[in-house]
Amino acid sequence: MIIERHEIEKLATLSRISIDEKTITDVTERLSSVLDLVDQLQTANTDSVQGISRPFQVSQRLRADDITESNHRDEFQAIAPATDNGLFIVPKMID
Amino acid sequence: MNWETVIGLEVHVQLATKTKIFSAASTSFGAEPNTQACAIDLAMPGTLPVLNEQAVHYAIMFGLAIDAEIGKVSVFERKNYFYPDLPKGYQTTQLEKPIVGRGEVAIQLGDGSTKSIRIHHAHLEEDAGKSVHEGNLPYGSSGVDLNRAGTPLIEIVSEPDMRSIEEAVAFAKKLHSIVTSIGICDGEMSQGSMRFDVNVSVRPMGTTELGTRTETKNLNSYKFMEEAIEKEVERQIDLIEDGGTVRQETRLYNGDTKVAKAMRSKEEANDYRYFPCPDLLPVIVSDETIEKLRRALPELPDARQTRFMEQYILSNYDAGVLSSDASTAHFFEIVAANSGNPKIAANWTMGELSAALNNAGLNITDSPVSAELLAGMIVRIADNSISGKMAKQVFEAMWQGEGNADEIIEAKGLQQVSDSGALAKIVADVLEANPAMVEDFIASDENKRKKKLGGFMGQIMKASKGQANPQQVNQILSQKLNELL
Repeated sequence: MIIERHEIEKLATLSRISIDEKTITDVTERLSSVLDLVDQLQTANTDSVQGISRPFQVSQRLRADDITESNHRDEFQAIAPATDNGLFIVPKMID
Repeated sequence: MNWETVIGLEVHVQLATKTKIFSAASTSFGAEPNTQACAIDLAMPGTLPVLNEQAVHYAIMFGLAIDAEIGKVSVFERKNYFYPDLPKGYQTTQLEKPIVGRGEVAIQLGDGSTKSIRIHHAHLEEDAGKSVHEGNLPYGSSGVDLNRAGTPLIEIVSEPDMRSIEEAVAFAKKLHSIVTSIGICDGEMSQGSMRFDVNVSVRPMGTTELGTRTETKNLNSYKFMEEAIEKEVERQIDLIEDGGTVRQETRLYNGDTKVAKAMRSKEEANDYRYFPCPDLLPVIVSDETIEKLRRALPELPDARQTRFMEQYILSNYDAGVLSSDASTAHFFEIVAANSGNPKIAANWTMGELSAALNNAGLNITDSPVSAELLAGMIVRIADNSISGKMAKQVFEAMWQGEGNADEIIEAKGLQQVSDSGALAKIVADVLEANPAMVEDFIASDENKRKKKLGGFMGQIMKASKGQANPQQVNQILSQKLNELL
């Protein structure tokens, strides 16, 4: 399956990944080959196989609703780029 | 041309769990910024989510309350977008296999009719953090408080079944009533416990095809919801009648400035690249769990309304008002039981008490006049110790914390005089002191006499300092005057 250049550009924008002019052709080719592999997998006959989304037949473990976490704000904020009065500081957001 | 409004709602309900949906950090409201955001909520590398059982149970309880299919296998997905209040870069939510499937919610309208609103589904998801744009922040920056990040939500998605603002508000109120009655949400709208996204479109009356809709996000009161819908319907009709077309977009409504504006075009923002979350396994709910939750489900508002009508002989309207909110219903039942007079209990709970609470901006659970105190006063109204007018004084004093009804009646000397000997004496004194009025009464014809009776009543009530039992006085007075004829 051929993936178009503009699709790569859109994905890059959505993912906030910068792909420069030199590598975009390479990325396009490599992603196309991944999709080729998917196409190949889809040719396998799976009529008698039930679909699963996970390799294991186990379900999600659930946790009791008890508070066990305490306040570690100072430690977390010590490694943050910018904080102010307990808030994490980011460039101004405009809706 | 006549236009028909079509409305669908997406309602975010914060679940009343003690901890987050995927972490064991507290969800309590109003803490110092970022003191309730743990490593999982901050998306620190190496952390993994562990699902809160109570959140799953609350979601199932909602499904049972609206008679919906329960997803026995439900799957969490990642909804990818970038925003500073979403540290992971995705919201963990559900899409293909939500925990609650199709259901129905019946709403009651002003004209007494009922209408069924279909629920498309309801899914579990995590809330985002809060962005702070105002206050003392460094220039050109915003602040982020992640205490709310990871708070469990159910998002309830309706079908576009509502045709008016009235229906939309009735539906929102009904959902509020259901989630608070079954105890899965505290219902505090001012704290964002319930938030509404409103999908609105218009179409020529009589047509069936849906028009292009817009979505107005994050409305946190019924009033803002009404205003936002009203403005949006008007905007769309004007646009179409002027030859334009409605663009599918997300809009914001500012309730303080009453201004609505477009936020972003939906096409671009909608590309969330959902995929199943590899960190979470499918959630499997057993029939036993569903049955256990079904049996433990508290009384639903509709059932309570019917019970109130039968048990307390209340009108449909009164029973509806008293039963819609679980705390109000509970309060009323204590007043009714302790006073033995459900009708007066209903009047005071819906009337004087509700007005006083509204004025003070208080919830009924924080009422300065407890249900027991109110019941004590109603006993005194019912046994004619105090008149309705005196009761208002007693209520006022109880509100100010001056004691119980009997103490206040005693202290203020509000006891109604019902001793017929004492009343007869007051009546006789008043008649003797006003011979001209008596002569005038005798000379009048029968129709006018009824009016003149009021004049005597006023004098007598004044002489008794308002404490005479009016019904008894009326009886004694009529009798005495008739004897003079």
